[in-house]
Amino acid sequence: MDWLIDPLQYAFMRSGLLAALLVGLTCASLGVYVVLRHMAFIGDALAHTVLPGLVVAYLNRWNLFGGAVVAGVLTALGIGWLSRRQEVREDTAIGILFTGMFALGILLISTVRSFRDLSHILFGDILGVTATDLGLIAGVAVLVLLILALFHKELELTSFDPTHAQVIGLRPDTIRYGLLVLLALTVVVGIQAVGVVLTNALLITPAATASLLTNRLPRMMVIATVVAMISGLVGLYASYYFSVSSGAAIVLTCTACFGLAWLGRTLAQRVDR
Amino acid sequence: MKESIIPALPYNPRSFAEPIPGAPALEALNISAGYPSAGSPALRGVSLRVPVGARVALVGPNGAGKSTLLKAAAGLLPVEGGELRIFGQPIGVCQPRVAYLPQRSEIDWRFPINVHRLVLTGRYVHLGWLKRPGAHDHHLVKQVLIQLGLEHLAGRQIGQLSGGQQQRALLARALAQEADLLLLDEPLNAVDAETRAIVTEVLAGLKQQGKTAVVATHDLGRLETDFDGALYISEGREVSPPPGAFVGLPVGQELAWTG
Repeated sequence: MDWLIDPLQYAFMRSGLLAALLVGLTCASLGVYVVLRHMAFIGDALAHTVLPGLVVAYLNRWNLFGGAVVAGVLTALGIGWLSRRQEVREDTAIGILFTGMFALGILLISTVRSFRDLSHILFGDILGVTATDLGLIAGVAVLVLLILALFHKELELTSFDPTHAQVIGLRPDTIRYGLLVLLALTVVVGIQAVGVVLTNALLITPAATASLLTNRLPRMMVIATVVAMISGLVGLYASYYFSVSSGAAIVLTCTACFGLAWLGRTLAQRVDR
Repeated sequence: MKESIIPALPYNPRSFAEPIPGAPALEALNISAGYPSAGSPALRGVSLRVPVGARVALVGPNGAGKSTLLKAAAGLLPVEGGELRIFGQPIGVCQPRVAYLPQRSEIDWRFPINVHRLVLTGRYVHLGWLKRPGAHDHHLVKQVLIQLGLEHLAGRQIGQLSGGQQQRALLARALAQEADLLLLDEPLNAVDAETRAIVTEVLAGLKQQGKTAVVATHDLGRLETDFDGALYISEGREVSPPPGAFVGLPVGQELAWTG
């Protein structure tokens, strides 16, 4: 058991581990709705659009987290607003905003020669989380779980039957905007762990894994969360012992879990026949 | 559960108007309605009066405007011209009293939810934000599931039901709402004999309770046994019934000038 405990003598490993578990919990539980509502593309887009926010915050020495949240929320509202007018289809609106914002981020970066944090933003730096970061991550985790619990029946109903929601006066748009803002916050937290490029994996892979294993929503959330937290743990230790990128290791563990679930399900179906 | 400490927060605070005494359950005067994006409205100048306690069929081919009329009454589509009233009130202010049964294609049947919870969503209009369904709500759901012969399927994921069973689950939800006016869009479309018999029974039961039902159908077979009146629609307008077809109590166009 020493190999499990040894790394924890370092403060950066302890805070990294705590961050990985909290990020896994947040991303996976919200990710279940991302998968069920076919929003995988939006999750990826939001992760990319926070880049200019991060850069602007960095250049002005503001809080990076705050900059990312502002950019994410603005994009979330922008997507909703652009596609609501129905002149542009939603997937097109997302594509336009996401590439435009990402390009703006790269442009801003290219104006500064001494921008050292770029790889941290793109690929995550979970071992570099500060106490402030950890507080923010915990705050987002509590907020997301609280909202998912309080508005469970509305989220569920608008996901599978928005028509009935509208008939009883519950506007699906309200829920959708709320979910997009929540998603923006979650994505910013995910970036801490695995970076802009891979955050979407933390949202959708554990949830997709869970959806292969059960067709009950609460159970799906529990399985997704367990998959994400285990992946965080495995990824962190892999990075400690083999000096590989922690973000990549976390995501690959998620992918491996999905592969196993897929295999298990296929085999089970064979046996059934 | 200390549910009483949670204040009532309805989804639509203006939706609890009282019916106007003596007003028909559903009244349309020369209304036009349709999808805003479509060029011309799907429904043009249709009039209708459904007295409280009546069961009325909307009959017509696919694309005639039956669904449009029901959707407008359910508040899903804007009324572009004419007047549409429910219990004498404008659309949207009597929401808890109006249940709407959508066509099956409106629902994501792969979503991980079971039959009991699907039917439970019929209670949400009475709960509003933050309140969780209580013992009374669950009891009601169990009762309607028994009434519709679905009690043994309560724990099934909704996608694992047959077409007829899905249709019955949607009807169960409409009943669980305990509404006074039921707007049913094609509840008999492509269903098995068992479902058909159960729907007939449900319509008779509603009649006994003094409730009102407006049902879109393109099935001319059982109009006389299941309904009190019929309105024939084609291409968005009221048309005269086919020779020898069931008419029942007058519900259509003549109201535009007498009423």
